[in-house]
Amino acid sequence: MTTATPDTFAPDLPSSLGAASRGEGKSMAVRLSDTHSFASISEKISGIVLTMPTPRWWTIAFALCSALSLVFFGAISYLFYEGVGIWGLNVPVVWAFDITNYVWWIAIAMSGTFISAALHLTRQPWGASISRFAEAMTIFALAIAGIFPIIHLGRPWFFYWLAPYPNVMSLWPQWRSPLVWDFFAILAYLLLSLMFWYLGLIPDFATLRDRARSRSAQIAYGLLALGWRGEARHWQRHRGAHLLLAGLAVPLVVSVHSVVGLDFATGNTPGWHSTIFPPFFVAGAMFSGFAMAMTIAVLLRRAFDLGDFITDRHLDNLAKLILAMGLVLAYSYVMEIFMAWYSADRYEVYTALNRMRGPYAPVYWALIVCVVVVPQALWSRRVRHAPWVLFGISIVINVGMWLERFMLIVTSQHRDFLPSAWGMFYPTIWDWATLVGSIGFFAWLLLLFVRFIPLISMTEMRELLAQQQGGS
Amino acid sequence: MAHSDDQQERIAQAAPDGRTVFWRTLEEWQRHNVSEERMPRPTGQAIDASAVDRRGFLRLMAASLSLAGAGACSRAPQQAIVPYVHAPPQLAAGEPLYFATAAGLGGYAVGLLVKSDGGRPTKVEGNPSHPASLGATDIFAQACVLDLWDPDRSQAVTHSGQVSTWNAFVAALESRMGRLAADAGAGLRILTESVTSPTLTNQLRSLLQRFPAAVWHQYQPINRDNVYEGGRLAFGEPVEPRYRFDRARVVLSLDGDFLGGPGVRHMRDFAAARLGEDGQPHPGRLYAVESTPTLTGAFADHRFAARFSEIEAVARAIAQALASPAGEAQGTPAVSAVAIAGCVRDLRENAAESLVLAGDAQPAIVHALAYAINLRLGNVGRTVAYSAPVLSQPASQADSLRTLVADIAAGRVDTLLVLEGNPVYSAPADLDFGAQLAKIGLTVHLSLYDDETSAQCEWHVPQAHFLESWSDTRAFDGTISIQQPLIAPLYGGKSAHQVLAVLLGQSTPNDYQAVRDYWSKAHAGADFEAFWDAALHRGFVEGSELPPKAVALKAGFSPERAAPAYTRDEALLDIVFAPDPTVWDGRFANNGWLQELPKPLTKLTWDNAALVGPQLAQRLGLDNEDVVELTYRGASVKAPVWIVPGHPDKAVTVTLGYGRHRAGRIGNGAGFNAYLLRRSDEPWCGHGLELRKTTEKYRLATTQHHFTMEGRHPVRSMTLAQFHRDHAAELGDERQPNPSMYQPVQYEGYAWGMSINLDACTGCAACTIACQSENNIPIVGKTEVRRGREMHWIRVDRYYQGSAERPRTFFQPVPCMHCERAPCETVCPVEATVHDSEGLNLQVYNRCIGTRFCSNNCPYKVRRFNFLQYSDTETESLKAQRNPEVTVRMRGVMEKCTYCVQRITNARIEAEKGNRRLRDGEVLTACQAACPTGAIVFGDINDPDSRVSKAKSSVLRYALLGELNTRPRTTYLARLSNPNPELQDQQAGDPTAESVG
Amino acid sequence: MAQVFRPGLVFVLKVGAAAILLGCVTAVLGWRSLIAESPAIDAPVTQIPPFSHKHHISDVGLDCRFCHATVETSAFAGIPPTSTCMTCHSQLFKDQSMLAPLFASFREERPLRWIRVHRLPDFVYFNHGIHIAKGVGCSTCHGQVEQMPLIWRTQSLEMEWCLACHRAPEKFLRPRDRVFDMAWRAPDDQLEQGQRLLADYQINRSRLADCSNCHR
Repeated sequence: MTTATPDTFAPDLPSSLGAASRGEGKSMAVRLSDTHSFASISEKISGIVLTMPTPRWWTIAFALCSALSLVFFGAISYLFYEGVGIWGLNVPVVWAFDITNYVWWIAIAMSGTFISAALHLTRQPWGASISRFAEAMTIFALAIAGIFPIIHLGRPWFFYWLAPYPNVMSLWPQWRSPLVWDFFAILAYLLLSLMFWYLGLIPDFATLRDRARSRSAQIAYGLLALGWRGEARHWQRHRGAHLLLAGLAVPLVVSVHSVVGLDFATGNTPGWHSTIFPPFFVAGAMFSGFAMAMTIAVLLRRAFDLGDFITDRHLDNLAKLILAMGLVLAYSYVMEIFMAWYSADRYEVYTALNRMRGPYAPVYWALIVCVVVVPQALWSRRVRHAPWVLFGISIVINVGMWLERFMLIVTSQHRDFLPSAWGMFYPTIWDWATLVGSIGFFAWLLLLFVRFIPLISMTEMRELLAQQQGGS
Repeated sequence: MAHSDDQQERIAQAAPDGRTVFWRTLEEWQRHNVSEERMPRPTGQAIDASAVDRRGFLRLMAASLSLAGAGACSRAPQQAIVPYVHAPPQLAAGEPLYFATAAGLGGYAVGLLVKSDGGRPTKVEGNPSHPASLGATDIFAQACVLDLWDPDRSQAVTHSGQVSTWNAFVAALESRMGRLAADAGAGLRILTESVTSPTLTNQLRSLLQRFPAAVWHQYQPINRDNVYEGGRLAFGEPVEPRYRFDRARVVLSLDGDFLGGPGVRHMRDFAAARLGEDGQPHPGRLYAVESTPTLTGAFADHRFAARFSEIEAVARAIAQALASPAGEAQGTPAVSAVAIAGCVRDLRENAAESLVLAGDAQPAIVHALAYAINLRLGNVGRTVAYSAPVLSQPASQADSLRTLVADIAAGRVDTLLVLEGNPVYSAPADLDFGAQLAKIGLTVHLSLYDDETSAQCEWHVPQAHFLESWSDTRAFDGTISIQQPLIAPLYGGKSAHQVLAVLLGQSTPNDYQAVRDYWSKAHAGADFEAFWDAALHRGFVEGSELPPKAVALKAGFSPERAAPAYTRDEALLDIVFAPDPTVWDGRFANNGWLQELPKPLTKLTWDNAALVGPQLAQRLGLDNEDVVELTYRGASVKAPVWIVPGHPDKAVTVTLGYGRHRAGRIGNGAGFNAYLLRRSDEPWCGHGLELRKTTEKYRLATTQHHFTMEGRHPVRSMTLAQFHRDHAAELGDERQPNPSMYQPVQYEGYAWGMSINLDACTGCAACTIACQSENNIPIVGKTEVRRGREMHWIRVDRYYQGSAERPRTFFQPVPCMHCERAPCETVCPVEATVHDSEGLNLQVYNRCIGTRFCSNNCPYKVRRFNFLQYSDTETESLKAQRNPEVTVRMRGVMEKCTYCVQRITNARIEAEKGNRRLRDGEVLTACQAACPTGAIVFGDINDPDSRVSKAKSSVLRYALLGELNTRPRTTYLARLSNPNPELQDQQAGDPTAESVG
Repeated sequence: MAQVFRPGLVFVLKVGAAAILLGCVTAVLGWRSLIAESPAIDAPVTQIPPFSHKHHISDVGLDCRFCHATVETSAFAGIPPTSTCMTCHSQLFKDQSMLAPLFASFREERPLRWIRVHRLPDFVYFNHGIHIAKGVGCSTCHGQVEQMPLIWRTQSLEMEWCLACHRAPEKFLRPRDRVFDMAWRAPDDQLEQGQRLLADYQINRSRLADCSNCHR
């Protein structure tokens, strides 16, 4: 096996691709600072993993997140022991925090793959510097989201009955049920996102393997690099596969969230039974996904002083996307209310009014503020260029999106058709433990990620640089 | 009373072992059953990790396995088959047997057919040929089978708290009898509940012959003293009125609740009268003047809320108006002159077809007046007949108990036998019965439970449940039933017959011999064996009802006399005592089914409350669940408030039967004890109650939070006039099926359907309990009910219409609708809920993984989910009670009404063995079989001649939420009312208003 | 710097990966066999006393119903009480040590304990009576019992096995009078005969595969 030094990469770049990407991506084009060379990029980024001593803040944050992760899995273990009754669920409100968390997490899982895939397809190289951690975020959020549909079951150990497999009962799952569609949508999306992420990582693993000093690191990254030698043949296949997966990713992203929307739209519950749900959910997912990407981008930028790679322009672009999605969402809310009125359906009208005036009204108005009002600040250029303001806004947005899912799910169920069957939902300590724990676990995974995996794609950075040098 | 904390955990005051016990669900009571686990558990903690029992361990394993992703997978254990050595006759494995017997509440029997599965009594049905049942049963009869298997039943003879033996007890009693014989039993007293049993009466009489100086006392907290006293006032002798509602067109009820309470024959008769011979609805008219709202008032065409003490005035006003030829009437505070005049005109026009009755609780004079009015209307012999009292000893029970206490206080009693009953708990507070017992040399208590009275008595003898012992008893019309046991006493219990037999000097007392001996004398002759077999087989002794007797008003009794002036301090309130709708006088306090059964009007479970009217609540700023201090004649208790629309102002109703501390793990600490306020001179109503609001709150568990229909009309109702004008307009267009994009499904063979007649449903909830008992439905406990997790498969919804002061009340039983286009089925990912070829919407428990989407998609919310392990799989006796034909559900699966698929299947198998179709009525669902008014009809809607098809063809038929196009197989018949046109403004509630919240 | 991955190591890695894969498969198979129903199919079960269906049916010529008395009327076929055995054995083989447990049971009023061989999965409600009435023979589910010195299970008794018949009963039905006939074998025109019997016995096949047929 021959080892390639990073600097031998640039010549290997298929010139065609350089040409293809040249001159495009003007609209949102981003320039890296010219101080960087191929070597300095590799140095800087791989340094975070290989050479940088563990920062104190990291240790503290890791300890905290480990504790929260234990809370998460403790809560789940107790759930398996005692049953879903430990949550505040009841009849009529049989879904509450469990499904709210599920939809929230899967929405956060939206942006990563979408950003890199869509930008890759549309030849928008500026996304390169944020795509890597966004993809990681996707996979972690998706993994956590995938947990909830399983643990929310009354008998979670039978979750595999959703899969069509040969069995002695000679029974199949019920294809009319959106939950079965969900099962496939999530699975496909998770597998594809994993492959897409890993494929992009292979060359970087190779770089790490070659730069690593300790033997253990060399072995570890060597195994992960799957024997990458940076030959032209490797590059060619890598490109092809990357393009192919990107092409598959975009429709899958849409399908996943449409199916999540259908989980509700196929139900007859007033407030759910509406054709607007699939697009509405896709928009909502992008919205919260971008917001979470923003949150993490600002943090990483500050933590590892990556201003050169994640520039103000990146944040500016993200902010614009968030604003756009926010407007789509606002439109959806208006349409929901309009359709309720327009349908003249007694139950739909009541549900719409009940959301605004009923016992859960505070949730409704809080989410309107978080999701519709606050993002309007992004119209201002000054706001878009103030990282910590953007950070605050993105946090508010994700809180708002959680509230939105809670509102959609609970207020529709708690007062549906027969007044005699109306009820209320009150969360228990276990509901909260599961929610907070899941967030802690998510952060825990991210912290490991930044320490062991290059959080920005060195390869793509070099390409970007190559283009700039070629272009200038 | 039990206080409440944030988790609203109930805390049992002093458990049997003295230590405090916290519980949340039946499974937890079972944990406490094991002594080492009887430890205080922190409230709110759902499981007790410190005591991991077998189930706990198994669940831990299940948890760890499911964490490993391979849960619930293990080799099935090898089973053994253990045949009999000698097979008992007529017993085929898996084939249930039915036996006729009878259950009595307060001595009044209802004939029953009890199902025996492999020797275990599991289900109670009414005896169709028994006059008091006609096949129906009330909630108490349905629930009694759970009492039999209650693990908290007393299981050993105790002597001053120490476990002893029956022989030791017999020895003690016999040694005492020497002394008794010496002074003719001067110190001997026997205290029983109301006795109707001929054998027991005979035993008591012969005992009194043996000990002439002994006295037999009779006391029961809810008795019919006033009924008999009324007879003495009006006719000079106690009589048993027998009402024939099936012959009555116009009924006036003076605080009488003949549509609620125990006994079902009156309900059946009343419902029968509402359906004319032509099959057309044909309601007569029901006037109800009542204090505490009851099911009768809820069903009435005209309900007048009157304070308890005002009802006598109403009765007199009616009597006077009837007396006056012109029929002019004076009004009373409760009922206007117009209303009285209108009612009296109705009664007159329907003379001999009308009926006036007074509630058992009303003072004797009201009964006397009702008797007199019936006489004047010529109803006697038509709608009402009088016979000798059903009770063997109709003397006043209040006086009887008072005399006993006086004798004890005077030291004239040295031996007291308390046979059944729980006087220490239920005797009026002023008699302080418990303290008196200490003054007696030898006290004996025979009872099912080691209860408050047992604790105060020297000897406690476990009583044999009526399904464990022989006896005989009388029904409301005097019909005698032989009560035969289905199982040998589980805990060596003894019957009253056996205890008395000991006193009568029989060495080996045997209740079978006692009953049989009595009847072989009473019915001497060659044909005795035939007579005996027939009586057992039929369930009653034919022709044994009491003959009607002629009555005439006693000289000097003039119903027209004006009511005596009634003075009261308007600042103070009335207090009204009422039996609890579900635990009655407290005897059912440890019955989980009855505790969790929502009380028909308040929908409260697990507690009683101080019931107040909306005006009073508004004036005193009371809100539901506010704790108030009730002070009455020196005694005071704390109670939570519950506001009841239609409850009269300036009065508070408290229901008896709660606040017990030795009832058992279910009944302990539930509610507050209203007996502490009761007085022997005014047992039912008193004036001078002070009500003080405290800052406390006590969480109550109700199963229905919204009482208005929100303009959605789940219950359709119309007046008879509207019906004859244009019923379609009233019913809306749901009767025409909407178009559908699905292909219509053809059902060859059977197509099961149900029709529920809201014009017959009184809301008594017998269906709910019958269903619970048939389908192994678990109870979940107060905390779970508060969370909205009760498991009843058929619930009875209650709606109000009109103003809170004068509401109209509607009841609507809601089982699974078995929609032909079932929304639940399309969303289940594993096909755990599917349709079968006869149109049943099935729930396959072993396939269900618990996504709960089906419940979301069910517009009727009739699906129930096992959020936790609710079914008790630990307690042997409770396992023995279960119906082997129905799966016992585990945690995490959905369940719901199945139309009693097990009954359908078994009947079909029998039919198919003979290659024949099922006959109409061959399959009765549990709810249908129990329903006292026949409101529920089930059958094959493919058969045009079936009763259900006929019912569904009625113009009153409508589908609940039909606009959703679910095509429910369960449909309803609209409620009719027939208000008196003269009193339109007086009609209870305004049909258009929607103001009750 | 020395190479981490020499070709030899790469080969080892590949073999290791394959081994892990293989391990998973064997683990699953092992687990399946571990949770399989017991006693296993075609494995004779030793009972105490060692009751021989072969002897009682083939040699003595007893009818199934002599012992399994309620098979036509009840859900359960019924296991004979000791007294039934004693109808003959009070006279026959009184000195056989093999039958000591039987006599002991009768003498001491202590029931016999047989090991259960035919056990349906949980949550199934099975009724013998209706199967007999509709022409499902003993041997169809219980095998050639008359040739079994010790009884054993011949069918899986799993749901798919039940459904195989409930979805195509004509393959298995036989005339009612042959139900207890151990010698009966499916004729060549079984399908036609089966169709005819379906009609004769008025079997509504549309509902045979309904969940409610066996699950409640």
